[in-house]
Amino acid sequence: MSASSASGAARAASPSPPPPRSAPRRMELRALGGVLHREWVVFTRYWRSTTFSAVVEPTIFLLAFGFGIGALVAEVQGMAYLDFVGTGVVAMAVLFASVFPAMFGTYVKRRFQHTYDGILAAPIDVRELVTAEALWIGVRSGTYGLAPLLVASAFGLRPGWAVLLVPLIGILTGFGFAAMGIFLSSVVPSIDSFGYVISALVTPLFLLAGTFFPLENLPGWVAAGAVVNPLYHTVELVRGAVFGLAGASPLGHVLGLLAFAALMWTAAVVGMRRVLID
Amino acid sequence: MSATQPAIALRGVTKRFGAITAVDRLDLEVPAGICLGLLGNNGAGKSTTMRLLTAQAIADEGAVEVLGHALPRESKAARARSGVVPQRDNLDEELTVAQQLEVFARLYRVPRRERDSAIARALELADLAARADTRIDALSGGMRRRLLIARGLVHRPELLLLDEPTVGLDPQVRQELWSLIVTLRDAGTTVVMSTHYIEEAEELADDVAIMARGRVIDRGAPAALVARHAGAEVRELTGDARALAHAETQARALGLPTRRRGPQVAVLRAEGLDGQLGPGRTRPAVLEDVFVSVTGEEAT
Ligand SMILES: Nc1ncnc2c1ncn2[C@@H]1O[C@H](COP(=O)(O)OP(=O)(O)O)[C@@H](O)[C@H]1O
Ligand SMILES: [Mg+2]
Repeated sequence: MSASSASGAARAASPSPPPPRSAPRRMELRALGGVLHREWVVFTRYWRSTTFSAVVEPTIFLLAFGFGIGALVAEVQGMAYLDFVGTGVVAMAVLFASVFPAMFGTYVKRRFQHTYDGILAAPIDVRELVTAEALWIGVRSGTYGLAPLLVASAFGLRPGWAVLLVPLIGILTGFGFAAMGIFLSSVVPSIDSFGYVISALVTPLFLLAGTFFPLENLPGWVAAGAVVNPLYHTVELVRGAVFGLAGASPLGHVLGLLAFAALMWTAAVVGMRRVLID
Repeated sequence: MSATQPAIALRGVTKRFGAITAVDRLDLEVPAGICLGLLGNNGAGKSTTMRLLTAQAIADEGAVEVLGHALPRESKAARARSGVVPQRDNLDEELTVAQQLEVFARLYRVPRRERDSAIARALELADLAARADTRIDALSGGMRRRLLIARGLVHRPELLLLDEPTVGLDPQVRQELWSLIVTLRDAGTTVVMSTHYIEEAEELADDVAIMARGRVIDRGAPAALVARHAGAEVRELTGDARALAHAETQARALGLPTRRRGPQVAVLRAEGLDGQLGPGRTRPAVLEDVFVSVTGEEAT
């Protein structure tokens, strides 16, 4: 490609039709890799503060409820209250470690740092960007979800072997809530609007999931509504994994979480495309 | 890529934002290997055109082709071969200089074994080797801009898109960037550079496309544009308002374009006028005369 010779020739000739090419519609792993690498590098810088808040907050909830309420109620649904809360708080830990970073982090990167503008100038599309971000947050929050179990173990929780499934449950949950946070970040008019989201959405989600108290004592319509709360399915799956609860099959809960993740991923892709591509 | 295939071809491209038509039935073809200057005032549609070339904006009408790839369908393939230096700084402030370059080397798919040397080369290019481990938020404005450019070059793109690359830089840094751009162009990289600095276009561009209100009004080598629209010489007339108005009328009667500029009237294509319009001075025509004459806007 010589500078001067090409220019004269090209101007004279009419453009040849582009060669037929099949568009690369596949999701490309190496495109995800660049974004995941960026998140990893940032994490290695901030892991202390990130981990501190992700671990300490659920631990406080666990201890406060576990011992505060645990002194009043010995057993809930046939398990020690500390065991009940210890497993419930796993879901809360995953929720907080996914939805908050996704909402605030994504918003800041898009609106204030314009990080995504730089990334999308490279060979990566919005779908891959959203997937990588949600995947990273999902894996991280799923891992943090183990913290309450470790703490509860110190106070006597004795999980079965299926506890090894808890990170997988956490990652699936975290992916869905990360996608939800990314979607929300694409529709809020300003960063202050997250206050409404937290009060009206996140708080009911984590309280009405069977985290701290069983839902069966609530009015029937509230208990029935839990079916559409993805975190309820997380709580049920985590309790099932830790205590090997007989009875209900976990399939419905898994499908519920998968559906939630798929729905939120789609919403996040559409929402982010709308705000990132003119 | 065949020798005759243009690096960029836009045909009848329109991009609207609500009621605003940012790019209006734009036709633009850029042969491979040249430096094209996209010259226009703020709001002319330069940045929108640049974003259309990376499919970060999608045209409402028309066809966009970059390096033989039809956009937006094949935009990833086109972006893999292009480097972008955006108008708005979007460096990743949470990272160090070297980390930022590594992230983009990965995003741009530089093979693993070439990554270190690509990063080293980019550091060299940005003259930031000594700052490799400095956090980006601690860099000066000039350093940031150099890094932004080096980041866009980390994968040795065939096409470089520079959106107002020297805005807000001091003259020395600007000179350095200019020589970098010339070096890249000489090495065969196609460069598309938007600017509202006329001297920048005049200095760097093989071809200048003058843009206003979303369209390219005229296009050519700077000297050819000057010859076509402003002739060889410009006569700058001074005098009182009445005398100037009179001179203006006279010049128009002779078919010569004029431009008002403060207390002066400049008459284009004034060679051979021989002082007949009144007192003033004669100077060679420059690209600025062309810009004002064809856009009807003063340069900002
Ligand atoms: N994302 C956007 N939303 C709405 N209007 C826009 C957007 N981007 C550009 N515009 C408008 O389009 C016109 C062209 O803008 P731009 O391409 O940035 O021009 P330039 O880069 O030449 O200054 C301007 O009127 C600008 O306000
Ligand atoms: Mg611009």
